[in-house]
Amino acid sequence: MSGAVVRAAAAPQQVGEPWVNITIFVAFVAVTLVIVLRASRNNKTAAYYYAGGRSFTGPQNGTAIAGDYLSAASFLGIAGAIALNGYDGFLYSIGFLVAWLVALLLVAELLRNTGRFTMADVLSFRLRQRPVRMAAALATLAVCFFYLLAQMAGAGGLVALLLGIEGTGGQYAVVAVVGVLMIAYVLIGGMKGTTWVQIVKAVLLITGAAAMTVWVLVMYGFNLSSLLGDAVQTALDEGSTNAEGLLGPGLQYGLSTTTKLNFLSLGLALVLGTAGLPHVLMRFYTVPDAKEARRSVVWAIWLIGLFYLFTLVLGYGAGALVGPAAIRAAPGGANSAALLLAYELGGTLLLGFIAAVAFATILAVVAGLAITAAASFAHDVYASVIKRGQVDSGAEVVVARRTVIVIGVIAIAGGMFAIGQNIAFLVALAFAVAASANLPTIVYSLFWKRFNTRGALWAIYGGLVSCITLIAFSPVVSGKVDPATGASLSMIRDTSVDFAWFPLENPGLVSIPLAFFLGWLGTVTGRPEPDHDTLQAEMEVRSLTGAGAEKAVQH
Amino acid sequence: MSIADRPAAPVPGRPPEGRDTFAGVQASEDFAALRSSFRRVIFPTTAAFLVWYATYVLLAAFAPDFMGARLGGSNITVGLLFGLGQFVSTFAITMAYRRWADRQYDPAATALRERVEAAGVQR
Repeated sequence: MSGAVVRAAAAPQQVGEPWVNITIFVAFVAVTLVIVLRASRNNKTAAYYYAGGRSFTGPQNGTAIAGDYLSAASFLGIAGAIALNGYDGFLYSIGFLVAWLVALLLVAELLRNTGRFTMADVLSFRLRQRPVRMAAALATLAVCFFYLLAQMAGAGGLVALLLGIEGTGGQYAVVAVVGVLMIAYVLIGGMKGTTWVQIVKAVLLITGAAAMTVWVLVMYGFNLSSLLGDAVQTALDEGSTNAEGLLGPGLQYGLSTTTKLNFLSLGLALVLGTAGLPHVLMRFYTVPDAKEARRSVVWAIWLIGLFYLFTLVLGYGAGALVGPAAIRAAPGGANSAALLLAYELGGTLLLGFIAAVAFATILAVVAGLAITAAASFAHDVYASVIKRGQVDSGAEVVVARRTVIVIGVIAIAGGMFAIGQNIAFLVALAFAVAASANLPTIVYSLFWKRFNTRGALWAIYGGLVSCITLIAFSPVVSGKVDPATGASLSMIRDTSVDFAWFPLENPGLVSIPLAFFLGWLGTVTGRPEPDHDTLQAEMEVRSLTGAGAEKAVQH
Repeated sequence: MSIADRPAAPVPGRPPEGRDTFAGVQASEDFAALRSSFRRVIFPTTAAFLVWYATYVLLAAFAPDFMGARLGGSNITVGLLFGLGQFVSTFAITMAYRRWADRQYDPAATALRERVEAAGVQR
């Protein structure tokens, strides 16, 4: 064991030099702002503002998807989970990856062929426009809201580690800075600027993770077995009683039947949620055609898969080289594992780089969420539901830009409220809503001829309401007490308040099948629209052939 | 519901009389062949990877001793191999699907699309 454990344990408030972290981060912001300004020309029309003129190539978009998808929660969170819980952290990343096959096979190309800007374009294609768009927009906004809160809270937590700020004032300031930068990127750069921020961030993140991975592997002579052995040995040296458990499943999820069901529920939400995440779906509109949408997903799968393989090495590397005790003692807890490993390997400079990348990650993800939520409000709620389609694309973009500011303010306020909340739970909730409210409706509307408006509304609202209700009455919100310390592990810290009756922390196991069932039940009890057959024929022909699909905007 | 509500349909300026319709295309043999070739590939593949993922998740949840067993004298466990197997299968399906779509599906879909657009098909 090296001296880092001692250093980190002796001075748990601060690792590295805050000014180095801040300098590298400011450099990233400066570079991306220049890119965003350059990308801001031509942002007058909806096709430019929402979809970057549909002119990105598959590889570019695939990289941006990776940048959009690999949030700070997955980078810092998974590495930390592997460092502390070993194999169970790895399980998490597998769900995030396999989920992309759903997007590749069932969704990406068909969605690109039939929609223009939002998920609701596809869901409402052959159904009654206004109610279905409204429902789809609400589901979109709910997912974006939970995901935004998670990222904002993550930004606040990250700064605790990097700047040694423990008080809430400094964390509030960081959340505000992230929010203002997000507004600037999206307001100025639209989808084109946001995409480039995501591409730059993905390249930095994957390069940084790759460098650290190779570094760790070199230290162990490229022998994965000895790295794993050392992780177990470090835990044993620290007096862990279940260090052997790091290499197999069960440390986190294997405690009881309830935790096992929790794990199944999470696994289901992860694998079905990705292809229903509105900010991921919207990225498919930024390429010229379905073939490029397919290439995007292929690139994204390779990048995301490689990245999760890196996190496996980084997680066990942090367990072996930094040690679980020092990670738990650090201000960010499990989330600090990757950062402490960077410090252990490359000192202040590498820590500064990885920390800046983590910040950049949060920025890129929140920008993607903000433009998705703004597009959904302006295009679906304002233009289609309120104005009934009688609005030109310039006016719609004006509304979208104003919405971005509102969303930014909500995200800042919500992020301040969410500081200290369990980030993984917020992300899991976003995935559960996406898998319950969005995915069943997408699949039915693309593949089930008979599917009708009532089925769509029942599936979307059923999935959305059941998710949020079950979460509200789950141990995540109230009544979960740490048996050892008696401290509350719930959102409501007062242990005397307990209105939880739903035992699982993730609602997916119930809400996803329920939404599929309601979609079926609504359809068989509902009536088809008068033009059901014509629209179904048009949608099916267009989705499979690409006839009449939106083209790239010509310069 | 106005046409303006919807994604742009092809066809400006075609005479309405005697035109082809999407329903006509949908009922054609070529389209049926395209659709069934697509579904014959994606449905079984989706079922296969979901079953394989479910197997993995269920083993991890309910057979932790099996998944935690070491291989030989190494620190590599059965569960780790299964997990890496999920990566390998995901990459393999991705490449196989891309190859099939580029070589088999795209030419057929493009040919049909060109005919649909040339004929000025509308609803």
